[in-house]
Amino acid sequence: MGSITGTMGCRSSVADRRSEKVIRAAILIQNWYRLTMARLEMRRRYSLSIFQSIEYADEQDQLQLSDFFTFMLDHCTPPDSVSHAFTSPSVSQVVDEAFDVQEFENKICVPDSYYGPRLSFPLTVEHANALLHAFRNEQLLHARYVLQLLYETKKVLKEMPNITHLSTSYSKEITVCGDLHGNLDDLLLIFYKNGLPSEQNCYVFNGDFVDRGKNSMEIIIILFAFLLIYPNYLHLNRGNHEDYILNLRYGFTKEVSKKYKDHGNQILFLLRDVFSWLPLATIIDSKVLILHGGISDTTDLDFLNALERSKDQVKERIPATRSTKHMATRNVAGKARRLSSSGSTEPSGSNLPPEPTPKEWKQILDILWSDPRSQNGCTPNKARGGGCYFGPDVTAELFRRYNLKLLIRSHEFKPEGYEISHNGKVITIFSASNYYEEGSNRGAYIKLNPELIPRFVQYQVSKYTLRHSLQDRVGTIESTALKFLREKICAHRSELTSAFAQYDPEGTGRISVNDWAAAMESVLQLNLPWRILRSQLALLSPDGKVDCMSCFGDLEIAQPVKEVQPALAETLCRYRKDLEIIFNIIDKDQSGLISLEEFSQTWKLFTSHLGITYSESLDKLVLSMDYNKDGYIDFNEFLEAFHVVHRLQKKVDS
Amino acid sequence: MAEEGNSQDDAVAEIEKKIIEAFEVFDQGGDKTVSIRDIGSIVRSLGCFPTEAEIHELLANVEKEEPTGYIHLEKFLSVITKVLLDRSYQPIPEDVLLHAFEALDENKCGYITKEELVKYMTGEGEPFTEEEMEDMLSTALDPETNTLHYRDYILKLIVE
Repeated sequence: MGSITGTMGCRSSVADRRSEKVIRAAILIQNWYRLTMARLEMRRRYSLSIFQSIEYADEQDQLQLSDFFTFMLDHCTPPDSVSHAFTSPSVSQVVDEAFDVQEFENKICVPDSYYGPRLSFPLTVEHANALLHAFRNEQLLHARYVLQLLYETKKVLKEMPNITHLSTSYSKEITVCGDLHGNLDDLLLIFYKNGLPSEQNCYVFNGDFVDRGKNSMEIIIILFAFLLIYPNYLHLNRGNHEDYILNLRYGFTKEVSKKYKDHGNQILFLLRDVFSWLPLATIIDSKVLILHGGISDTTDLDFLNALERSKDQVKERIPATRSTKHMATRNVAGKARRLSSSGSTEPSGSNLPPEPTPKEWKQILDILWSDPRSQNGCTPNKARGGGCYFGPDVTAELFRRYNLKLLIRSHEFKPEGYEISHNGKVITIFSASNYYEEGSNRGAYIKLNPELIPRFVQYQVSKYTLRHSLQDRVGTIESTALKFLREKICAHRSELTSAFAQYDPEGTGRISVNDWAAAMESVLQLNLPWRILRSQLALLSPDGKVDCMSCFGDLEIAQPVKEVQPALAETLCRYRKDLEIIFNIIDKDQSGLISLEEFSQTWKLFTSHLGITYSESLDKLVLSMDYNKDGYIDFNEFLEAFHVVHRLQKKVDS
Repeated sequence: MAEEGNSQDDAVAEIEKKIIEAFEVFDQGGDKTVSIRDIGSIVRSLGCFPTEAEIHELLANVEKEEPTGYIHLEKFLSVITKVLLDRSYQPIPEDVLLHAFEALDENKCGYITKEELVKYMTGEGEPFTEEEMEDMLSTALDPETNTLHYRDYILKLIVE
């Protein structure tokens, strides 16, 4: 305890005794308060850990998908309706090079009843303001204007080099923003705090404008509009999410299809093109390198500047043999896989872009997907399935080689919106606040002055958080995180049950906390603090052991039809997203229907790729899903059916 | 005798695993170090109840050789394992907490005013920082009367 207010000699007055009491009381209360705060902080951190682990594990599943595509290519012999889907663009319409903006005007009519912004080219600041105003009021921009905007943007981007060089002598300060991921509120907040882009207000947006949030389209429209108005003062770097395969998985494609029912396909097709023309990096005053992901020990800026960046740098298109999971070590045998020679109906010299060379492909993958780490060296990025983990030594070497002072990158969630690493040489900037959940994190942007000293501005969109205490906010984040985690647990029930059984040879249904934690980690591989989480996930039996079955709580996977075995249902649940993407690709006319034949074929290939076999075939189940017996099933309905439900909730619904 | 030895080893191993888990939650860079500012949170989240002074003592032990502002897991582990094994810094029971609030409530009216609370929390004992004070006020005060009804608040403080 601290010092007691002094008394003289042995005189102890009531007042002194009271103040001693008060001090002791104060310390006690302060101590309790700090204890509560510490527990809260722990809960907040492990909740964010859960979100991040699940997100990265999901991205790893993405890798499964790309492996699967390659597998499909290897195993499908043309002509074959399913393989065909993987070799040609999914849209039959072609946007010709000589196509004119005017053509859109002739072909697509904007009705008088449309009250949204009407664009005309060249765009002006008034148009940009009209767009901002419209989007604040949740209006949609008409498809025709979207297409025209994209078309014009592509023209402008094509003229730009792969690496843009900027100078601070023309602008006082340059503002650098990171991932936005469809959070329109964050972009509007940035513009509110920092002003709109203009000749006096230069911006660099460092990729990942789309996916996950619900306003990816609006963000793209605003950024492209400003790009057209101020091509020298608004700069865009490509992120790993500016990629059509990721968009299929992480929500952008769905958003476009929903918002633009009639012209969604055209828009998506043009977007693919535009994305492939986004510049790869920006360098300020030859000293500050800005790119989305990171670097590797082989990053070659000159090479990057010289390559043809529009060669649709998508993982899935690489003509690789199906091999290891580590992108960095992929061995490209150079098989001429381009199935334009399949004898299909594609005209020669078709719209298939030329293939990137392995070196080009790796260079770009590295700068879009890598993450900095504190350990020296450069190792394959296992969590992401692409790019590297690069250490301070790699950074130092790159700086030495190119005479750089600072690397600004994004790509990784940061609770404070930014993080400085590698002894101040690397800054991560992340601009999507409340990324995982209301209150999960701040967003931030960088202001770079002519001396190239960065200044950070943080913010958090807080429609609701202002009213809630820290305790409530953490409670919200925690319950959402735990919900996701429990669903994952449920989707791996069979595997977990057998893992538990390994530690429980006598079949008591109870195992030690230690064994339980080991089993959870070995199956789920999420690197989470299982002992700390245990109280939220499982019950203890009276003897202090974990009751294994209590993990699964009241969760189960909905089974639309009785014929489905639990293990099969789990597989369908777990790979639902992947299957959705695959079916969407196969379903070329976007009807939502797929033939039984195509479904069976895909399913067989997918499971064989995963190394799973089922003693019962899927055919019975599939037949039962063909409600009108016309040989087609609605795959969305089919997949929707396999999701995790709470039994109690089910009772309420039924 | 051997059995006793085993269960002692097991107990230590258990405790070490717990400590490592808690440490790793705060280890953002994944390089087995945490900032010294987080030590208090980690130790408290492990169920210990040290005062600020006691935490400084612990830190002095751990930080002996490398005052870098960061603590490595190894050092942390050896010190904190002993703390948990010895069951040092046990939490004080709730009724003592109640007495503490009552000691500050001179008039025995069941609540403390905002001014009094700020005076005690920032002026006495191991004073709060501005941030801590603001945080406590936002959760503890009844917004209508600007007073702290401590019996209710205690329930908030002790909920897991």
